[in-house]
Amino acid sequence: MSATTTRPHTPLPTPERSRTGPRSRRWWRSGLTAYGYLSPTLLVMLVMMAVPVVMVFAYSTLSNVIMVRDPEFVGLDNYATLLGDPIFRKALGQTGIFTVTSVVLHLVLGLTFAMMLNSGLLPRVASALFRVVFILPWVFTASIVVILWQLLLNPNGVINYVLQTLNLISTRVEWFSNPALALGTVIFINVWAGYPFFMISLLAGLQGIPSDLYEAAAIDGAGWRHRFFSITIPQLMPIILAMAMLDFIWNLQQFPIIFLATGGGPLNATETVATYTYNLAFSKRQFSMASASGVVLFLISAIVALFYVRHQKARD
Amino acid sequence: MSTIATRGRSQRAQKVGLWIGLSLGALFAGFPALWMLLSSIKPNTEIFQYPPTFLPETFTMDAYAGILSSGEKLRFFANSYTVALAVVALTLFAGIMAGYALSRFQFPFKGLVNTVVISVQAVPPITLLIPYFGLVVWLKLYDTLWALILTYMVATIPYAILMMTGYFNTIPKELDEAVKVDGGSSLRALWQVLVPAARPGIVSVGAYTFMVAWNEFLFALSLTQSRSNRTVPVGIQLLMGEHSFQWSEMMAMSVLGSVPVLVLFLFFQRQFVSGMTAGAVKA
Repeated sequence: MSATTTRPHTPLPTPERSRTGPRSRRWWRSGLTAYGYLSPTLLVMLVMMAVPVVMVFAYSTLSNVIMVRDPEFVGLDNYATLLGDPIFRKALGQTGIFTVTSVVLHLVLGLTFAMMLNSGLLPRVASALFRVVFILPWVFTASIVVILWQLLLNPNGVINYVLQTLNLISTRVEWFSNPALALGTVIFINVWAGYPFFMISLLAGLQGIPSDLYEAAAIDGAGWRHRFFSITIPQLMPIILAMAMLDFIWNLQQFPIIFLATGGGPLNATETVATYTYNLAFSKRQFSMASASGVVLFLISAIVALFYVRHQKARD
Repeated sequence: MSTIATRGRSQRAQKVGLWIGLSLGALFAGFPALWMLLSSIKPNTEIFQYPPTFLPETFTMDAYAGILSSGEKLRFFANSYTVALAVVALTLFAGIMAGYALSRFQFPFKGLVNTVVISVQAVPPITLLIPYFGLVVWLKLYDTLWALILTYMVATIPYAILMMTGYFNTIPKELDEAVKVDGGSSLRALWQVLVPAARPGIVSVGAYTFMVAWNEFLFALSLTQSRSNRTVPVGIQLLMGEHSFQWSEMMAMSVLGSVPVLVLFLFFQRQFVSGMTAGAVKA
């Protein structure tokens, strides 16, 4: 039966029919109702998002706000001072290292664990049990994660003991206070705490890959390497890209793990833009400089977010 | 015959490799949590014995008793529950209504509202903190739990809206249209048809929101000041700074502080996981 011969069934008053009536009034009423439902959200977003974003941009162009009664307009001076500060530039670089390393390792660990869980070689119960254990790190809040690792990585702690017993290290290591190791330690903790989110999404993605793709490849005699690179990875690509961009934004802004583990130290070895901004505002009380630094972080996040939204739109 | 034998052997090798990988993974993911639990039932002196003991030589629940009998520490928990539950209630209220509007109504600037909801998630909390500090003082909310409730909602509402819009979109329009044809209001259609049908989505959003609010650290650290307004994540750090050698008590505190989210997760695992994936992938 062709589409033209089927009568469109319109038993309910649809927009089509109401168009004969005073359309714009209906349209406005529907619009008003919608905005009524949106009003709690819009109120919160106006007061707690739009106003603060305008404020922080304004702050960043003034001489020290909050601490000074009549701050003066200084244009982009704060940004110039900021970019001239070698510690800020160091923080920018370390934010890059922290973010890229974390995202890559989240992806590698998340994918490895997801593939092991999805291998189909495990009994159901074992698979469910391992899944819960693998997700576990994600349950803990940052402040507990850091305390836990401070205990484990204490110079007299269990990890140093195990490494020493296995003859992997000769003296007990100061994981947090050695400037050469601190950034790596913080990244490691951040990787531990963050990979489960990747794992869960990738696991869902793996389960969505049609199994006949693999069967066809097996008939053609394709090895695991071939199946991985020509089926698994391409099929997961949309999820990997979306997750990587989201994770990139989150890690760029990561604050509690770094702040609590090292406070940006020792000797700024773990300073990132987030800890740098916090220290400017809340220990040095330079709120205008902190605003400028916060705006820089915001702009970097916004660029990545723009790519993310574009990518999502392209998929739709 | 020989190919079957090699295939059997290679599958066995695969299985062995898989179990080794899984065990290493479980050690990496689970050992820290196990160590936390074990340390919380050891006396403090045993924690830094070298070589360390795995199972406690002396079993004690003193650390837990110490926390449960301290009004100050219990207050951290009460504050965390208050804030998290209030954020869940308010977020669901705002998120369900906004999701309804986005799923069922056409209105001017709908595209803009959608874009704003997605893009606010990219604004760094640390950037918002500086104006929040001024704003919260100006609203006379500094050092109150309300300061936390309001600021957390900025992070939880967009996610709730995305999730609820998605869930409402899967429910056939005819169901709520029928209520309206019978003369019911749009609010009644929402309340009687859509909300019951979207219950799994609501549970998932509620659980996720609770977790975000329970775990938040930066705003809780900066927008409250007195001990009686501290939440668990900040409270643990305060105690850590003061009695940094009371490790068993810190670990007991960490166990108790993780239990609510762990329980939520185990109970609502499926909704949690599907919600998280949907949120991340569709967002």
